[in-house]
Amino acid sequence: MSVAAHGDAAVAAANFIFPNDLHVHWSLMIVLYPYITGLVAGAFIVSSLYHVFHIKALKPVARFSLLFALAFLICATWPLLNHLGRPERALSMMLTPNPTSAMAGFGYIYSAYFIVLLLEIIFIFRPTVVALRKKATGFMKILYGVLSIGSDNVSPKALKLDHKIIAFLAAIGIPMACVLHGYVGFIFGGIKANPLWATPLMPLIFLLSACVSGIAGIIVTYILIMKFSGKEIDVECVQTLIKFLWGFFILDFVFEMLELFSHFYMATHHWHTLEALYSGPLFNTFWVAQVGIFSVIPFFLLMFMSLIRFKDSILLFFAPIVSFMILMQVLLMRWNVVVGGQLMSKSERGATTFHPMWFEKEGIFVAIVIMVAPVVILWIIGKILPFWMDDEGVEAA
Amino acid sequence: MIDIKKEIQKDRRAFIKNVLSGTIAGSLLMVIPAGAALDERLPEQLPGMRGDDSPFTEKKFAFVVDVTACIGCGSCCVADKNEYNVPDGNYRTWVERYIIDDHDEVFVDSPNGGLDGYSKPRTDIPNPVRDTFFVPKLCNMCEKPSCVQVCPVGATYKTEDGFILVDKDRCVGCGYCIQACPYSVRFLNPVNRTAEKCTWCYHRVREGLLPACVNVCPVHARKFGDLNDKTSEVYKILREPHVISVLKPGMGNQPALHYLGLRREVV
Repeated sequence: MSVAAHGDAAVAAANFIFPNDLHVHWSLMIVLYPYITGLVAGAFIVSSLYHVFHIKALKPVARFSLLFALAFLICATWPLLNHLGRPERALSMMLTPNPTSAMAGFGYIYSAYFIVLLLEIIFIFRPTVVALRKKATGFMKILYGVLSIGSDNVSPKALKLDHKIIAFLAAIGIPMACVLHGYVGFIFGGIKANPLWATPLMPLIFLLSACVSGIAGIIVTYILIMKFSGKEIDVECVQTLIKFLWGFFILDFVFEMLELFSHFYMATHHWHTLEALYSGPLFNTFWVAQVGIFSVIPFFLLMFMSLIRFKDSILLFFAPIVSFMILMQVLLMRWNVVVGGQLMSKSERGATTFHPMWFEKEGIFVAIVIMVAPVVILWIIGKILPFWMDDEGVEAA
Repeated sequence: MIDIKKEIQKDRRAFIKNVLSGTIAGSLLMVIPAGAALDERLPEQLPGMRGDDSPFTEKKFAFVVDVTACIGCGSCCVADKNEYNVPDGNYRTWVERYIIDDHDEVFVDSPNGGLDGYSKPRTDIPNPVRDTFFVPKLCNMCEKPSCVQVCPVGATYKTEDGFILVDKDRCVGCGYCIQACPYSVRFLNPVNRTAEKCTWCYHRVREGLLPACVNVCPVHARKFGDLNDKTSEVYKILREPHVISVLKPGMGNQPALHYLGLRREVV
């Protein structure tokens, strides 16, 4: 090593971490937050593929995916509130927001998206709710009355208006879902102090992985619910979902690798920290798990399933497996970005470690509770609004 | 004189009474510090601050750390911890030790943030040591602070006279500022669960006193002053042809913390 090489001398790294960098501030909760919002955005895209782009094969899951999105959206703020040091002040973000803060936008974007999603569900389910209200008694009758927004008019004219509103809501819902998740990517992408996060590709990668996780989540839950309730699975629907999953995953995986390759190729002074990170603390979770097991294998599985027409039983056997692997890939990606980014000390000379504990405020147990909660909420929603009814109140599947 | 004589002649007894009571009261005032604040008994260290009652001063403060002077005694860290009761394991300021061996390998450490001083040499350096120096770190008081930009509720803000402060009664404890700070000077106070960092002792500065760490530095490695005051030491240092640098200039944050004799190995 020559003394004259300025870069070399700075690079020569003994493991030194800034004293305040030992602690990883954004832990499991902030891993879950983009994961959950990603599932929401992705599920909404599935619904929009039917409602806006008229992919008819997706009709069986079009309504279910909206309820799936709602269940997860309800829980999206939970990890954030649990993470905040002073959760009782959370509403300050909406009441006295700092306009230059990316984070301050979350309340507004979340609320607006919640309203659009809720309205779309109300209008799509209105004829069904009207039919259910006639049969219901007691509390359920009142609830269906509220959900039908006080109108039991199901005349063709009224339904035509409903469809116009639904199409409009779904249409504005797509850019909003993209904003919701692209924005989550920007929360990380806008942090120039962190070389792993600070890339304009971050919103795009987050958005694509959101679509991927949403579609995969719909496939897994659709097949599992149908299997357990003994209903017939619409193979055409699953086949189409798999094709979309493959399409989105190609883009997602390629951009993830391109981002890394760009860092490697440009080799700015940040690269030596990133290189140390990817070859050190992130080697197992990134290269082995996220890329090796949960990207490459599903990539080829999805390719075969999309290009070759297998027997239905084989398709339905592999579809939930490959979808589950994709869900794991996205979760690992969130982990590697959120936690991985914080492992590098800003000293550019070393990395800290992070091991989540089972029972702590932001520990594994709480994380599991927060991931199970949407499933429970979805089950409750299923008791009120049927997943598989079509517009006329007939079982779709 | 004539007036006094007249006064004495008017009522000699009353005059003696007045003189006596005045003397006793005056002596008592000297013994009992009636309402005199502590800082008013300390000499003013920053000229012109005592009389300034405006919300923000017209001054332009700068901090200069002389890397060539620091001896790594850790006094500044101790003063800081005492001034703010900083919880263990968190650091508003710290001192790093740099050692460069004759193979140009750089070894950096900062055990307990340098709080205990560097009284013992490192024993794990494989080659003969070529050079060694200490680098104190603290808030950079950026002209373009990332922490202020990202704070979602405006709890971290920049005063008109250039100080970046945290309102612990508004902070939501999200940690975004900690992620955004390129210098890692922030931490989440485990007691009140809000963000905290060095303030350049804003409360002392407003009372005309130097920051606590500057005050205690035995070798004058930490310097603080007003750049609008052409007689101030920091003004002279930044105007004269010294080797002056800031940390991570490429970040574009434009720190008001300057380093005199900063080495290229320092990040």
